[in-house]
Amino acid sequence: MYTLPSKLRLFSIILVVLGLIGIVYGFLTVPKNTDEVRQILSEQEAHHGVASHNADDTANFVDRARGEKGYSEAAMEHATDLRPEGHGVSSHEEHVLHQMQTRPWSATLVAAFFFMMIALGALVFYAIQFASQSGWSPVLYRVMEGITAYLLPGSIIVVLILVFAGTHFFPWQNDELVAGDKILQGKAGYLNFPFFVIRAVIYLLGWNLYRHFSRKYSLEQAVATDYTPYRKNFKISVFFLIFFILTEATMAMDWFMSMTPHWYSTMFPWYVFASLFVSGITAIALVTIHLKACGFIPFVSDKHLHDLAKYIFAFSIFWTYLWFSQFMLIWYANIPEEVTYFVIRIQEYRLLFFGMLVLNFVFPILMLMNSDFKRIPWLVVITGIIVLIGHYIDVYLLVMPSTVGHHYHFGIPEIGAVFFFLGLFILVVGASLGKTSLKPENDPFIRESENYHF
Amino acid sequence: MATNKIHAIYTDDDLLLHAVKQTRAENYHISEVYTPFPVHGLDAAVGLAPTRMAITSFLYGLVGLAVAIWMMNYMMIMDWPQNIGGKPSFTFSQNMPTFIPIMFEMTVFFAGHLMVITFYMRSRLWPFKKAENPDLRTTDDRFLMEVDVENHDIEMLTKFLYDTGASEISLIQTEQNH
Repeated sequence: MYTLPSKLRLFSIILVVLGLIGIVYGFLTVPKNTDEVRQILSEQEAHHGVASHNADDTANFVDRARGEKGYSEAAMEHATDLRPEGHGVSSHEEHVLHQMQTRPWSATLVAAFFFMMIALGALVFYAIQFASQSGWSPVLYRVMEGITAYLLPGSIIVVLILVFAGTHFFPWQNDELVAGDKILQGKAGYLNFPFFVIRAVIYLLGWNLYRHFSRKYSLEQAVATDYTPYRKNFKISVFFLIFFILTEATMAMDWFMSMTPHWYSTMFPWYVFASLFVSGITAIALVTIHLKACGFIPFVSDKHLHDLAKYIFAFSIFWTYLWFSQFMLIWYANIPEEVTYFVIRIQEYRLLFFGMLVLNFVFPILMLMNSDFKRIPWLVVITGIIVLIGHYIDVYLLVMPSTVGHHYHFGIPEIGAVFFFLGLFILVVGASLGKTSLKPENDPFIRESENYHF
Repeated sequence: MATNKIHAIYTDDDLLLHAVKQTRAENYHISEVYTPFPVHGLDAAVGLAPTRMAITSFLYGLVGLAVAIWMMNYMMIMDWPQNIGGKPSFTFSQNMPTFIPIMFEMTVFFAGHLMVITFYMRSRLWPFKKAENPDLRTTDDRFLMEVDVENHDIEMLTKFLYDTGASEISLIQTEQNH
C-alpha cells in the first residue's frame, strides 16, 4: 500500500497555502478604476521610455507594410467590430482596466485547466487501454486511476471559474456588446449563458461518471471470480470515448475558442485534445517513475516505461503536427478574420509562442528518439517535466492573449495558481493511490502485462 | 583447405532457439542459422550485435533536411525571389511555413530510401543474386543451424546436436578457394 511520503505531503501543503496567498494577492491588487490604470500606464511608460501603446504598434506595423502613412487609421475607422468599445483615450483606459482585472482570473484558469487536463488526458488514455484490450498496460491501471482521481475536484473548480468569470473571459456574455455586434448575435443561439452552463455541467457529469464507474468496476474485478466487471468496464470505456470526443470538441470551443468569439478554427478542438492527451501520458510516466523509485510497483519494468516514453514521443509530434497545421493553413491564406488570432500571439507573445515549439517538439524528439534513452528513468523525467512546462505555456497561450491581451506577465498570480493546483494535485493523487493495492489483481491481461517485454 | 560444417535441421522454432542456446553454452561456433520466418529472440541467442540501421537512417534524415533547406533557400530566396501571391520571400525564415511540408517529406524520403539501400548493400541483396539456400525446406517449414566443426570431435558434436533435438544432421565439406 502506498502512502504519500511525509516530506512530499508537507511540501504540497506548503504549495497549497503559498498558492492560495498568491491567488488572493492577485485578486486584491487589480486596479479598481481608470485612474489607477492611468497611473500604472504612466509608470510603465516611464520604465520603457517611449510609449508602447498597442494601437500605435499595430498602426505602425500596417503602415510600414503598406508603405503608406495613415493607412491603418483610415482602415480602422470603418472597422467597428474590431474596437466595439469605440475610440478615444478614456475608452482605451477602460479597455486596459478590464484586461488588468481579468488577469488573476486568467492566471487561475490556466493553472486550474492545466492540471484538470492532465487528469482528463490520463482518463482518456485509461479508457483507450480498456477499449483496445491492450496487454501491456494493466499493471499501470492503478497509477492511472490515481491520477484521474484529481478530475472531480479539478473539473468542478474549472467550471466554477468559467461560470463566475463572466465577461472577464467571454465577450459574448456582455449584452451591450452583443447588441451592437452582428456576428455575436448570429452566434447567440449557441453562445448564450444558460446553454453554456448546461453544456459545462454535461461535460462534468459525463467525465466524472465514467471515472467513478470505471474505478468501481476495476476494484470489483480485483475480488471477482469471473470477468463481468471487466466486461462492463470495456463497454463503458467504448461509450465514454465516443462521448469524450464529442464533448471535448465542444468543450474546447466553449471554453477557449469563445474567448475570441469572432475567430474560429475547425482544428482547434483536436489541437486542445493533443495537448491534453500528451500531458496526461507524461503525468502517468512521471507518477510511475516515482512509485517505482519508492519500490511500490516492482511488477512494472523498464519495458513499460519504454512504452510510455514512446507515447510521449509520438504524441509530442502529433501535437506539433496539429499546431503547425492550424498555424500554417491560417498563415498561408492570411484571411483577416482568421489571422488575428496569430497576429497577437506572434507580435506580443513571440518568445513564448515559438519557445513552446522547442519545449514541446524539438526537445522530446531529440531526447526520446533513441530507444535506449526511453528506458532511463531520469531522462524520461527531465523530458517529461520539459513537456509539461511546454504544455502549461500552451494553455497560457490559449487563454492569456484572448483575455488580457498585451497586459500579460508571469508574476505572483500565475505562480500562485500553479503552486496551488500542483499542491492540490499531489495531495489528491497521493491520497487516491494509497486507497488500494497498486496491482490490479484478476485483470484478464495482468499476467501478460507483468511478463511484457520486447 | 577444406572446412567442415555440420547442418542440423530442426522442425520447430522453440526447439531451434533452445538448441542455439545450448550450442553456444558448449562453446561451439554457430556460423549461420536459416529460418523460414523471423524467430523472436534468435539474434540475441546467437549473439549478434544490435543493428545500427536506425542510426544511419537518422543521419540520412538530417542529410535530406539539409538538402531541402539548401534547395529551397537557393531557389526561392537567393536565386530568383519573386513575389508569389504576396508570400514574403525576403529571408528563409519569413517564408519558412511554406517550406516545411517539403522539408518534412525530403527528410522522410532520404531517411527511408537510403536506409533501404544500405540494408540491401549490407545484406548483399540484389535482383540477380544467386540464392544461398543450404536446404530448400528452410524457406518453408524447417530450421537449419550451421555449426563449424573446427577442431572438435565430429562424433561428439553430432551426438550433442542429436541431443538438442535435431531431426537431421549432415556433415558438409566445402572447398575454400579464395
